[in-house]
Amino acid sequence: MKAILKLVAQRIALGLLLLLAVSVVIFAGTQILPGDVAQSILGQSATPQALENLRRELGLNDPAYIRYFRWLAGIVQGDLGTALSNGQDIATQLGKRLGNTLFLAGVAAIVSVPLAILLGLLAVRYRNRWPDKLISAVTLASISLPEFFIGYLLIYFVAVQLGWFTSVSTVYEGMTIGQRLNAVALPAATLTLVVLAHMMRMTRAAILNVMQSAYIETAELKGISAFDIIRKHAFPNAIAPIVNVVMLNLAYLVVGVVVVEVVFVYPGMGQYLVDHVAKRDVPVVQACGLIFAAVYISLNIIADVVAIISNPRLRHPK
Amino acid sequence: MADKDKGLLLDIRNLRMEATAYPPDGPPHDIVIVDDVSLTLKRGKVLGLIGESGAGKSTIGLSSMGYGRGGVRITGGEVILNGRDILKGGSRQLRKLRGKEVCYVAQSAAAAFNPAHRLMDQVIEAALVHGVASREEARKRAVVLFEKLGLPDPGGIGERYPHQVSGGQLQRAMTAMALCPEPDLIVFDEPTTALDVTTQIDVLAAIKEAIRETGVAALYITHDLAVVAQVSDDIMVLRNGQTVEVGETAQIIHEPREDYTRALVSVRSIEHKEKKPAPKPLLSVDGVTAAYGGRGGVAVLKNVSLQLSPGQTLAVVGESGSGKSTLARVITGLLPPYEGEVHFAGRQLAPALAQRSRDDLRELQMIYQMADVAMNPRQTVRNIIGRPLEFYFGMRGAEKERRLAELLDEIEMGEGFADRYPAELSGGQKQRVCIARALAAKPQLIICDEVTSALDPLVADGILKLLLNLQKIENVAYLFITHDLATVRAIADSIAVMYQGEVVRYGTKSEVLSPPFDDYTDLLLSSVPEMEIGWLEKAIASRRMESAGN
Repeated sequence: MKAILKLVAQRIALGLLLLLAVSVVIFAGTQILPGDVAQSILGQSATPQALENLRRELGLNDPAYIRYFRWLAGIVQGDLGTALSNGQDIATQLGKRLGNTLFLAGVAAIVSVPLAILLGLLAVRYRNRWPDKLISAVTLASISLPEFFIGYLLIYFVAVQLGWFTSVSTVYEGMTIGQRLNAVALPAATLTLVVLAHMMRMTRAAILNVMQSAYIETAELKGISAFDIIRKHAFPNAIAPIVNVVMLNLAYLVVGVVVVEVVFVYPGMGQYLVDHVAKRDVPVVQACGLIFAAVYISLNIIADVVAIISNPRLRHPK
Repeated sequence: MADKDKGLLLDIRNLRMEATAYPPDGPPHDIVIVDDVSLTLKRGKVLGLIGESGAGKSTIGLSSMGYGRGGVRITGGEVILNGRDILKGGSRQLRKLRGKEVCYVAQSAAAAFNPAHRLMDQVIEAALVHGVASREEARKRAVVLFEKLGLPDPGGIGERYPHQVSGGQLQRAMTAMALCPEPDLIVFDEPTTALDVTTQIDVLAAIKEAIRETGVAALYITHDLAVVAQVSDDIMVLRNGQTVEVGETAQIIHEPREDYTRALVSVRSIEHKEKKPAPKPLLSVDGVTAAYGGRGGVAVLKNVSLQLSPGQTLAVVGESGSGKSTLARVITGLLPPYEGEVHFAGRQLAPALAQRSRDDLRELQMIYQMADVAMNPRQTVRNIIGRPLEFYFGMRGAEKERRLAELLDEIEMGEGFADRYPAELSGGQKQRVCIARALAAKPQLIICDEVTSALDPLVADGILKLLLNLQKIENVAYLFITHDLATVRAIADSIAVMYQGEVVRYGTKSEVLSPPFDDYTDLLLSSVPEMEIGWLEKAIASRRMESAGN
């Protein structure tokens, strides 16, 4: 147990270090971007004096590393700065949006992960027979289509023709959970279709790999049914690769939903980011980038930790 | 056993099994794995199936469970178990019988146990799935079996994971797993082959005792006649998927009717007179201590000193983990020792491989256990053997061809083999090619690391004879690493017995193999199965006497 705690602590420490490195990259990246924040705030007609005053006020004249540490110090205290475009506190604005995005991603994940794993198990059970081929064909077709296209297809058929759900996924405060679920149904379905194939294929491949092992033959010779062999004997030994792909896809659900949010006009992080990139609102872009990186890194840490815990050699050392 | 029905349990009639071969050149075609084999087994009896690899013994054993491994299909005949033909029932019926009426013990228990589950859950699984016993009952039964099979801490060992117990213990646990649902028949598929000889004897005794006590019938599959002679009532000798001979154990061992059986019984009949050590050794290992992971690591070799005369054979014997292969790594420079020196032909060898001259490298060649993986599968025999000729002697063209033909001739293979790929060679031929590759460098010393362990006895015999012959011609010395004492007797001039990284006994063959013995050598020697009915009981009894005496 002690060994595991040590490994987990190591992973977390590494993750934090990585996040710090990412913050440097994000900051450097936004510095390289052309354009002047003061100029974009005041517009083309601003006087040089006004620009100079604003630059001093925003601290834009300080050397980059000082601005970086000032920014970092703010983040560590939970202050993401203020948006240049509207002067509002980024943390409060982001909080709501992040909640919305996580809600959408969560719904998509709750549907897609068990579904993908189940489909993967079924594909192994009926490998090279029609259920396997059907599952592969459908999931691969859905991953091959661009997500905005799937989104519009769903809007056309499910929202317009059938009228089951609304085509615009507006959410606002005071909605019940049922209303919220109704609102995100279509974007969540789109996301599910997008991430399903990857996870399902990996589940299939990882389990098929394990199915070659001698202990699978032992289980077969005990007279255990085919599906129980896959579920009880193969799956536990295939967790590590599966979890890694699942987490990559979950990360994608959080950071890669920009297009889907735009298609469904969903007030999430992605839309917020796109809006502010257009406005050259550097602090917002930086904050969004950092949050996406944090989500990505923490999900990968979770994947590592689950993989470690699923290994009995590490869980129960000699 | 006494109160059980003595009637017929298993009746296999005219069994035929086929598989589809996919040759690299040419269309796929069916090949016959088992051809018209019939056998009968009465309740409570043990039938030994013996033969070389490819003889179809495992395939026949598994047919009693209606199972074909790796695409092998049953295409003819009947398998009648408990009075009904199991091949007629379909997969659902087969599943009901597997793990309930017939259970299986695999060669490598280490691979046959699922690493993700506790031993207990796996041992009782079949009994639960088939509703033979409740969880509580099955657990109680398992603990009793663990105790019977001589596992330490029978009450608690079930809570461990497979990686937490040793290979010998796993093999016992696997036997318990097979016994737990109280089947009528157990198929033992080389259950002790992967074990060290000193462990094998105990596991063998435990299996025999368990068979006797529970009255279960068994098919005992092995390539080792001496082992099967200890446990079986009858023996069936197989070759190329066909029956050679069936008979009572005593008859097969003492009066074999067929030539092939006689060859199996008389295997390891090589006579080799030991040579006196020369005054000047070729190889001298002086006080070597080595560890993996540097000075701080656990020492795998402790103060090892050995000498080997030119043109002679030093056998290094020991169980797995005794440090034999590590010694080879030190001598070849793969693992620099942190104490001690290696001298070769009067000069000191640099500790690390990278510091040695090309001539040092040439003089010291290696042959490995797995000829399969020691050769590049994408190169022809010509390239494999030709490489050292180019590398060490810069040979090209006709000169190289001439030498190649010579070498192929020396390993008793024709020039026709030069353009074959390793996949187109048999196990014995592959090992011969490896020998030729080593010889191509004209070395003074060849380190042979378990070179015959993966081969069938008759093939191994051929390799040993070849090696002895080559020694006479080329005057090459062998450092022969093995765990097999019969091999040692056949070829060694001197012997070093290793145990836990130390040389516990060292001398000429006659010295080492003559009493008085130290405890470990005695244990090692007395553990080697002899082709004699009742040997196992005697060996176990004398061992008990000794431990009682102590």
